[in-house]
Amino acid sequence: MTEFALVNGVLFVILAITALAIARLRELIAVAMLGGLFSLTSASIFVLLDAVDVAFTEAAVGAGMTTVLMLAGLGLTQQREKLTPPRRAVPAALVVALTGALLVYATADLPPFGAPGTPVQRHPLTERYLVDSAREVGLPNTVTSVLASYRGYDTLGETVVIFTAGIGVLLLLGRAGRRREETR
Amino acid sequence: MHAELSVLRVVTKLLVPLILLFALYVQFHGDFGPGGGFQAGVIFAAGIILYALVFGLDAARRVVPPALVLRGMPLGVLLYAGTGFATVLLGGDFLDYDRIDPAHPAHGQHLGILIVELGVGLTVASTMVSLFYSFAARGTKE
Repeated sequence: MTEFALVNGVLFVILAITALAIARLRELIAVAMLGGLFSLTSASIFVLLDAVDVAFTEAAVGAGMTTVLMLAGLGLTQQREKLTPPRRAVPAALVVALTGALLVYATADLPPFGAPGTPVQRHPLTERYLVDSAREVGLPNTVTSVLASYRGYDTLGETVVIFTAGIGVLLLLGRAGRRREETR
Repeated sequence: MHAELSVLRVVTKLLVPLILLFALYVQFHGDFGPGGGFQAGVIFAAGIILYALVFGLDAARRVVPPALVLRGMPLGVLLYAGTGFATVLLGGDFLDYDRIDPAHPAHGQHLGILIVELGVGLTVASTMVSLFYSFAARGTKE
């Protein structure tokens, strides 16, 4: 248990340092790379929490794809962050402090990590997914059973969201952009 | 310019097939281990993007033409939604995979999940690659 706490603590310290570095740096390429590091560290924390599927997604999307797209996006704009005028610093700090305080206040309502008897564990659906899915769907990975079968309608919606987002970006950057460049 | 990239090029040539193979493993082994269509699609796209980063956008476009990824994006969604309508036509509810093989519902579930995950993977991989193509093409035009 102490080792678990130690590894978690070290990972959270790395996360905090990375976040501070991202906030302080003006060089946006370095910020994009540090964003990848942030995602990779989060993925390690998810593995420790036994959320392997989430960790997998975070590592592939957050550390891999987002970093590449951020770097590609930086090719379209300038690579240094503009300085914020100092008079905006006080309202920004207030908003950040307020949001942070709200989030910390909300965590007080969460059950402790691994606590028994939480609604997640007592709800009959948990039993259905973990026990009956072996008979009904027959897949060893319950996450896949839930995502693709029990909640297949949601996953269809998610796929449509990805498709729509892709279409949106293509309309903004793809063919429309090319035509404008030709007429210039 | 390409002489000093030879280490990168050799390593990339070794890595890309392994990345694509791993993506296929994640795609079709998602029922048993962690992963599934979404992660597999991203990993597959990452392999192609790595190739594009090292060998250039034009080389990547010869391997995976933009027209192909543009068709892949809606094809995945159609595959997923089509499975839903197929189960309706077979007399069940939308996405009720039991209907694919009424004698062995578990087998039907297995097949249905495999098909819809393939649809997810296809849409995700195509979307990621075409996003990268459109970003990279605009960045190099100046």
